[in-house]
Amino acid sequence: MSVEITSPHFKANAREALADAPLQQALAKVGPGFIGKRAAAAGKLPEFEALRDSARDIKDHTLAHLDLYLERYEAKVKEAGGHVHFAVDAAEARDIITRICRSLDAKTVTKGKSMISEEIGLNDHLEAAGIEPVETDLGEYLIQIRGEAPSHIIAPAIHLNKEQVEADFRRVHTHLSPGRNLSEPTALLAEARGELRQRFLAADVGITGANFLVAETGTSIIVTNEGNGDLTQTLPKAHIVLASLEKLVPTLEDVSQLLRVLARSATGQEMSVYTTFSTGPRRPDDVDGPGEYHVVILDNGRSGMLGGQLREMLRCIRCGACMNHCPVYHAVGGHAYGWVYPGPMGAVLTPSLIGIEKAANLPNASTFCGRCEEVCPVRIPLPKLMRHWREKEFERHLTPAPQRFGLAVWGFFARRGWLYRPATRLAMGMLALAGRRKGRFASLPLAGGWTRHRDFPAPEGGTFQAQWRARKAAEADARAAKGAAR
Amino acid sequence: MTVPPSLDAALSPPRVGLFCTCLVDTIRPSVGFAAAKLLEEAGCEVEVPLQTCCGQPAFNSGDRATSRALAEQVISAFENFDYVVAPSGSCAGMIKAHYPELFTGEPDWTGRVDRFCAKVFELVSFLVDVRGVTHVDAAYPGTATYHDSCSGLRELGVKGQPRRLLASVDGLALVEMQDADTCCGFGGTFCVKYPDVSNAIVEKKAANIVASGADTLLAGDLGCLMNMAGKLQREGRAVAVRHVAEVLAGMGAEPALGMPATVEARAETARAKR
Repeated sequence: MSVEITSPHFKANAREALADAPLQQALAKVGPGFIGKRAAAAGKLPEFEALRDSARDIKDHTLAHLDLYLERYEAKVKEAGGHVHFAVDAAEARDIITRICRSLDAKTVTKGKSMISEEIGLNDHLEAAGIEPVETDLGEYLIQIRGEAPSHIIAPAIHLNKEQVEADFRRVHTHLSPGRNLSEPTALLAEARGELRQRFLAADVGITGANFLVAETGTSIIVTNEGNGDLTQTLPKAHIVLASLEKLVPTLEDVSQLLRVLARSATGQEMSVYTTFSTGPRRPDDVDGPGEYHVVILDNGRSGMLGGQLREMLRCIRCGACMNHCPVYHAVGGHAYGWVYPGPMGAVLTPSLIGIEKAANLPNASTFCGRCEEVCPVRIPLPKLMRHWREKEFERHLTPAPQRFGLAVWGFFARRGWLYRPATRLAMGMLALAGRRKGRFASLPLAGGWTRHRDFPAPEGGTFQAQWRARKAAEADARAAKGAAR
Repeated sequence: MTVPPSLDAALSPPRVGLFCTCLVDTIRPSVGFAAAKLLEEAGCEVEVPLQTCCGQPAFNSGDRATSRALAEQVISAFENFDYVVAPSGSCAGMIKAHYPELFTGEPDWTGRVDRFCAKVFELVSFLVDVRGVTHVDAAYPGTATYHDSCSGLRELGVKGQPRRLLASVDGLALVEMQDADTCCGFGGTFCVKYPDVSNAIVEKKAANIVASGADTLLAGDLGCLMNMAGKLQREGRAVAVRHVAEVLAGMGAEPALGMPATVEARAETARAKR
């Protein structure tokens, strides 16, 4: 994939996505599938809410002492015979990985699913260095042969349907019989498996991400449903783990807590099919395993988030529940967000990583319905953090001029009740008169954004405050008249 | 030592400041009268101090200075009441859940804001949870479906209360639509900043409303109601859209949101407001 940033064009991307019929069909399944499964899994576990608190606390504690845990983790990896490399930014991480690959004279690299690899644009870089990257997660494989970015952090090809996959396989797997039957999903799966089998065996280096890095033991952990991660990391000469620094967790005990909320929040599974622990390279009496074990820990702006309000975002364990429950994501899908991370978590993380200037649309394109926060397994206050970015945008005068102007005019009146009340009364009186016959407007000046898609209800006329005061005055008059009559 | 409340204070009705919200104030004053009627029936003394807006549009647009100024305005106008009640989960949620963060780092304000926020409620949950109202004396002929507005639901826990009171309305059948607790796509300024995305969301909502078979859509927030009414009417659907307070207060004969006032309805309105 490429890491071309189209976030500034979110509106155009969204319009395109809304008009894309196959995409809309695929998205229609996201909500009902994920939402129901998560709710069922959480409902079956009485301590689920308590586990969410515990998960939040574990991550908070780790982030508060991250320097200590990083040191401990590094020492433990070295003890097990592995190497730890710290990369300040994407370029450094790419260089470290290329260097390791070259040192092993690698021609082919198999890859487990890794969002950090997407973040640093690793595949393009490896190809440019003459090393062929092969994605082995089915979803990642599909988007790789299509030259696309993932549209979801745990289901990267969720935007595709069966027919599109069949067409891609016929286009790419030209050495297979054109007459083969690929109408069933199982046939597609078997073909992908057959293609990848050769690549697993031929790979010189395997690169995976990590769901957790355990400081206590120097272990990296991945959770998968396909088992591709295991083949990726055990068969080649070297295993490179690529992970960002907030993946640190103190102990295996902590991991077991976090695993209990991860899969339930993500897919509604109690556990993923595979949970794989890797500690160092192959030992003398091991039957298999890589000869070299490297961990590349990426910062890429995250340490800057540690000291401020955005620190809470670093609790994220990448389950995808926020996007699975997001009405905006359901409407436009992941590609519209224009970079690597979509949905609410992307709306908070992306501006930290590529800058608010480019990513301003993302934290703004939310209704603040709060459902993301309601389901986040580590209780990240996503709407609050999106609002934080809106504040930064406003402070830096990046808010679009018409919006800023409208806000200023409204704010001027709202702060001056003595002007606001007669002004609203006059305006509503005029609007009510104009809309009296139909009760609503099909178009209104300055409200094109609204009336393009819906009618605008005509106000009843007058304001509540004015009518209330008139009523109270009339009541007082009536009482006075009654008193005088006595 | 705690001072026992005087007998006088215990017996006198609580004074409620009605925060009518800027949308009710300008678009649909009937909702304000319905709220006042419900509060009075629940034994409260209702007053409407001079007011403008809670500041949410500024807050959600990142303009902290304006939202803080408006918050100060609201607190000053309302802090002497026993309770502050709004016919909106969104505005009540803005005050209750978000005002404290507007004053962080201001020790002069912190205690004052916290005391104030503790008194703020959304209308229907106030009636049920604070005043112990279990039924209303109202009739509404028809089948209604209730949309859970996001802020009321997720910031204030408004879900069972309106359904419980609606169940006591004579002649009203309540049916649940699919995804009643999914956002309608309004989102304040979101609907005009991202009109196409907002439209895609409200289209789904309108389809669920129509599929429920209800002839009336109810909710507790005028912003969401205007969005859904506007969409339903653009699609030519014959669903009447009303604020839940109107039905609970027995004011369901008023023209529905976005419908023209008939001569009879206007006369009725004039009578009710006298």
